[in-house]
Amino acid sequence: MKSAGPTPSARPRLTTSAMIASIAAEGQRTKPAPFGHALVELAGSREDVVGMTADLGKYTDLHIFAQAFPDRYYQMGMAEQLLFGAASGLAAEGFMPFATTYAVFASRRAYDFIHQTIAEEDRNVKIACALPGLTSGYGPSHQAAEDLALFRAMPNMTVIDPCDAHEIEQIVPAIAAHRGPVYMRLLRGQVPLVLDEYNYRFELGKAALLRDGGDVLIISSGIMTMRALEAAQALSEDRVNAAVLHVPTIKPLDRDAILREAGKPGRLVVVAENHTVIGGLGEAVAALLMRSGVHPAFRQIGLPDEFLAAGALPTLHDRYGISTVEVTRQVKEWLR
Amino acid sequence: MTTPTLANAPTLAQRARNIRRNALLMGEVQGQGYIAQALDIADVLAVAYFHAMRFRAEDPAWEERDRFLLSNGHYAIALYAALIEAGIIPEAELETYGFDESRLPMSGMASYTPGMEMSGGSLGLGLGIAVGMALGLKRKRSTARIFTLFSDGELDEGSKWEAIMSAAHHKLDNLIAIVDVNNQQADGPSKQMLGFEPLVDKLEAFGWFVQRVDGNDLDAVVGAFDAAMSHPEPKPRMIVADTLMGKGVPFLEQREKNHFIRVEPHEWQLALSALNAGEQP
Repeated sequence: MKSAGPTPSARPRLTTSAMIASIAAEGQRTKPAPFGHALVELAGSREDVVGMTADLGKYTDLHIFAQAFPDRYYQMGMAEQLLFGAASGLAAEGFMPFATTYAVFASRRAYDFIHQTIAEEDRNVKIACALPGLTSGYGPSHQAAEDLALFRAMPNMTVIDPCDAHEIEQIVPAIAAHRGPVYMRLLRGQVPLVLDEYNYRFELGKAALLRDGGDVLIISSGIMTMRALEAAQALSEDRVNAAVLHVPTIKPLDRDAILREAGKPGRLVVVAENHTVIGGLGEAVAALLMRSGVHPAFRQIGLPDEFLAAGALPTLHDRYGISTVEVTRQVKEWLR
Repeated sequence: MTTPTLANAPTLAQRARNIRRNALLMGEVQGQGYIAQALDIADVLAVAYFHAMRFRAEDPAWEERDRFLLSNGHYAIALYAALIEAGIIPEAELETYGFDESRLPMSGMASYTPGMEMSGGSLGLGLGIAVGMALGLKRKRSTARIFTLFSDGELDEGSKWEAIMSAAHHKLDNLIAIVDVNNQQADGPSKQMLGFEPLVDKLEAFGWFVQRVDGNDLDAVVGAFDAAMSHPEPKPRMIVADTLMGKGVPFLEQREKNHFIRVEPHEWQLALSALNAGEQP
């Protein structure tokens, strides 16, 4: 990205363009490796669970599972086409592979292999992918801005975008109980803890109203639910009442909850997602509302249709409008 | 094989001829198809199903069966012909080949057909699945084997080489792969598309036990399957089968551009007659 160059600032210099960056804010409560620990717990009671990765065990928290169950762990090497083909084969033999890599490699490099060997054959493979959307400052090679659009378009595939550590812990047993292929976005390392304060339980295919309010309804998934909740708090200080509907299951969509909430009169509807505005939750909700004859004022917060810049995540989230400050600002502007 | 050897059991030559006949009858239904490939691979399929593999015709999902993965899904017409000969698919379904609602679509898919273990069509998928199934069988301590057939054109696909490396890395001695070297791809001779020779040297260097045989010489194919099944080293096994497109029907053997052939209505009977004439003892 071309720009006028770095702007001098009193703020401490941010680490820029690292591949791995925490999405947790300074001082935020976090939990380490929720996916890895949840998978170990699941595997303790289910012998059919195996873990597989393509040279990204440590970076998808699968190393926790590998340490606990070394003989149930398959290191496939940096070969994503093989990873998903072999996952299909293990599933065909009755096992339940949890296959991990980065979201860009599953969605872009190995798409046909997932489409044909897993989705078309309806194999019971759980695909868990780190660095979803814009959660890496490394540049487009590692920024999976379009993963949800791609997997939404795949028949048989269940698609999940979790918000935090609390939710990831619950998603692991929930998708194991569901027979069929699943794509879940993964947050790894020190993962923010947010939803435990909202008396929240993940239910596959269900949206949850985390907060009610009469001025604006923010429909969100993934880390944007965290941002929406923070923005709602900030908006309340300006006497703007925001409702937040968290939609972790992108497919199948919880139509009833979305139509019920979006159909309430007098509220602006904003869909916020850590994903390109093309083909993700925003357009899924828009299409549902149009098809159902529900026509509220509608806005989208999401990543632009362009190759995203390298840089520090806070800088990039501000630039592309998905930081808490930017969500708050945009909502206020739209309500003006 | 689970069926006892009977004095009057069909010979492998008869099995191969029946597979060719079934394929030609299906080709006649549609007037076109990957007939030349079916004819070239019939001998390999006869040996796989009637010499090497364990299966139960009445129970295609039998847990102890040997698995056969057709990576080159466009060879479905050949595998259907073998599955019909094996009694897994009723012969009456021949005439449904390629029609709406048929269990025998032109491209082989696991979701359509009993005995079809994977969905092909997109080339380069099978060996990766085979690696996963072979790992799974070892996990279950099963003695079943994975057989997988793929085409020489699939060697162009990078995914094939990922799986070739992986099978050796994991010492998958329960995996027997057969590559049909008929030297014909969609755009022309395989060697002109993307050269893969010296194939035996390459595969051996990748850690496989490799044999190269005339895939239309039944005795040689039997020998290769026997050696692949009994080889003592902890390595995956590859049979490089050189075959002749259209084998058994001289005027098809000689037809140029025979990757996807159309045969005129009157020619089908000629083809069947040629097959019978050529294979009579």
